[in-house]
Amino acid sequence: MPNMSLNKNEMPSQPADVRNKNFKEVALGYTEEQAVDEANRCLNCKNKPCVGNCPVHIDIPAFIAKIRERDYEAAYQIITQASSLPAVCGRVCPQETQCEQKCVRGIKGEPVAIGRLERFVADWHNQHQQEKPQKPESNGHKVAVIGSGPAGLTCAGDLAKKGYDVTVFEALHTAGGVLVYGIPEFRLPKSIVAKEIETLKEMGVKIQTNMVIGKVLSIDELFEDGYEAVFIGSGAGLPRFMNIPGENLKGVYSANEFLTRVNLMKAYKEGGATPIQHAKKVAVVGGGNVAMDAARCAKRLGAEDVYIVYRRSMEELPARQEEVHHAMEEGIEFKLLVNPVEILEGENGFVSGIKCIEMELGEPDESGRRRPVAKPNSEFVLEVDSVIMSIGTSPNPLIKSTTKGLETKAWGGIIADEETGQTSREGVFAGGDAVTGAATVILAMGAGKEAAAAMDRYIQSKQ
Amino acid sequence: MFKILEKQALNPTVTKMVVDAPFIAKKAEPGQFIILRVNAEGERIPLTIADYDREKGTVTIIFQIVGATTEALNHLNVGDCIHDFVGPLGTPSHIEENKKVAVIGGGVGCAIAYPVAKKLHEMNCTVHTITGFRNKDLVILEKEFRAVSDKFIMMTDDGSYGKKGVVTEALKELIESGEQYDEVIAIGPLIMMKFVAQTTKPYNIKTTVSMNPIMIDGTGMCGGCRLTVGGQTKFACVDGPDFDGHLVDFDEAMERASMYKPFERKAYEETCNLFAKEVQ
Repeated sequence: MPNMSLNKNEMPSQPADVRNKNFKEVALGYTEEQAVDEANRCLNCKNKPCVGNCPVHIDIPAFIAKIRERDYEAAYQIITQASSLPAVCGRVCPQETQCEQKCVRGIKGEPVAIGRLERFVADWHNQHQQEKPQKPESNGHKVAVIGSGPAGLTCAGDLAKKGYDVTVFEALHTAGGVLVYGIPEFRLPKSIVAKEIETLKEMGVKIQTNMVIGKVLSIDELFEDGYEAVFIGSGAGLPRFMNIPGENLKGVYSANEFLTRVNLMKAYKEGGATPIQHAKKVAVVGGGNVAMDAARCAKRLGAEDVYIVYRRSMEELPARQEEVHHAMEEGIEFKLLVNPVEILEGENGFVSGIKCIEMELGEPDESGRRRPVAKPNSEFVLEVDSVIMSIGTSPNPLIKSTTKGLETKAWGGIIADEETGQTSREGVFAGGDAVTGAATVILAMGAGKEAAAAMDRYIQSKQ
Repeated sequence: MFKILEKQALNPTVTKMVVDAPFIAKKAEPGQFIILRVNAEGERIPLTIADYDREKGTVTIIFQIVGATTEALNHLNVGDCIHDFVGPLGTPSHIEENKKVAVIGGGVGCAIAYPVAKKLHEMNCTVHTITGFRNKDLVILEKEFRAVSDKFIMMTDDGSYGKKGVVTEALKELIESGEQYDEVIAIGPLIMMKFVAQTTKPYNIKTTVSMNPIMIDGTGMCGGCRLTVGGQTKFACVDGPDFDGHLVDFDEAMERASMYKPFERKAYEETCNLFAKEVQ
């Protein structure tokens, strides 16, 4: 008999006023009983609308059915047929606009908590399953993957499963890309990322850190070294600024710099080697997931007042609902329909405030969202000692500028076939934020997956 | 892991290390830099490449012990490994043949000015070198500079060696005596580069400076190294480190370099105490 409750089982979480002072994971995960109870809400629909809306097409009703039978390892095996990083996706996917959006239970009441169930299964596997994955038999072909973020890791995992000799090149000193430098510990513990990467290594994937492709080796040199195909998953790492006065004052960070210091360099830890400003009042400019992450990190570093400054209204805010909800609970203040015009200088070249102007929404723009328009004479000053610019990132030009014949769009995105990731260069495939501009972990994974299949077809067709 | 093959104290606060890094050695050019981490918990710091040997696969770094990380680095010895070592980063210096160039090095900046002077010399340029140090004990690379310079002037702040005074005095004297330079290249403390640029400005001599701001990744990702050059924001890690000295906003760069001063001082003291305890 299905569980006909209209609501999801609530996620056990650290209380807001406790967690906003520590970097431990916010959501604690379902217990076995909660997971089984939630699994019983799934109607096991024949047409599976959830699967069609998952970028990697996980057989969702099938893995949920295994949870109902309390066969969690079988559930895990079903998920990993489609996804290389289940513990990650269960935590950071925007389920409300993907699988859960199409869930039939969501028509009247809340959808099945698919993301929470995925996380439960992945965590259960990581805690209980000690057996190492089997190393697939080698097919004798060498491929290179540039970037160890979600797109690169997925591509590497899928190719390794097919027997390819895969080497992943990472520019930073730790593998994981945005999963380690961008997404904070309290949303995605780094030990979980490390575990997923360890699994890939056990499958035979080699990871070379400290390798900036485009500087230390070019793509042409990779081909000379015997790699038969190359996947570019170098992400969108270049931060944008607003080009307003005062942006180079001390205390102004790009979200990339702020989050990299906190997450990758562990600046939040007492006695950490990398410094970070512990500001008392912080304005985070932007409304995406990255802005929420930056705001919540600033709060945890001891800020009393943290503002999200966003030029549109709550309705257009691009961040995941859950992140906005968590941020509000933790005391982040939302200054909506407000746009910065200048950052003000205080003592010794540090920030003393941010001058903003009120906005109202006009006609929809090319993105379909209503265009914000400044209200004349509505300027006001928010007193802050730090400003974090979180208004987006673009692809890094390093690979484009060192790879002849690799075509990109005007804004820097690599031009690649939507279905296969094929670029303008033979044997070179690309996917993830390097192609689309800043998007989500799961979309990058979907692109990595499709590119892996296309690379396999490409190499096999050359035989 | 990157093995230290040679280590030499050039003066009490400046150390030279030759590091096994064949991939980087293969591609490195003068003006480029590396980023290193001493250990698994360390911070990332940029250091300009002082020399490289493509055949031996080695990269030479020269650093001044100024903070916790350089102090920890200096405690490593031949045979030890540097945890992370990534490069070559940044855009190589633009060096042309058959020019007349004044190379100005200040303090540990001489470590970076030297490979540039050497390269100029190899490319048939006339090289006039002026080096500046606080005092005689801190002088480095004098012999090396003399070997590649057509004219060499040593300045010290206290007059304990060479001439007493700052590098800009010597530069001004040379220019006023009729030396016509195609370019002046200044590498040293920000304040020195600022005054070299001010000195050459009235004479309209092309002046190149090498910026070394605070940075994390060195690939354009963090934007922490941003500078204002000719009214525009530039990232030193990818657009530089070399810039037109007449266009750089040095006051802003000096302000930004002081961002973490209190933290750095404390971390340095703690590191020194830690090493002192180990010795006891």
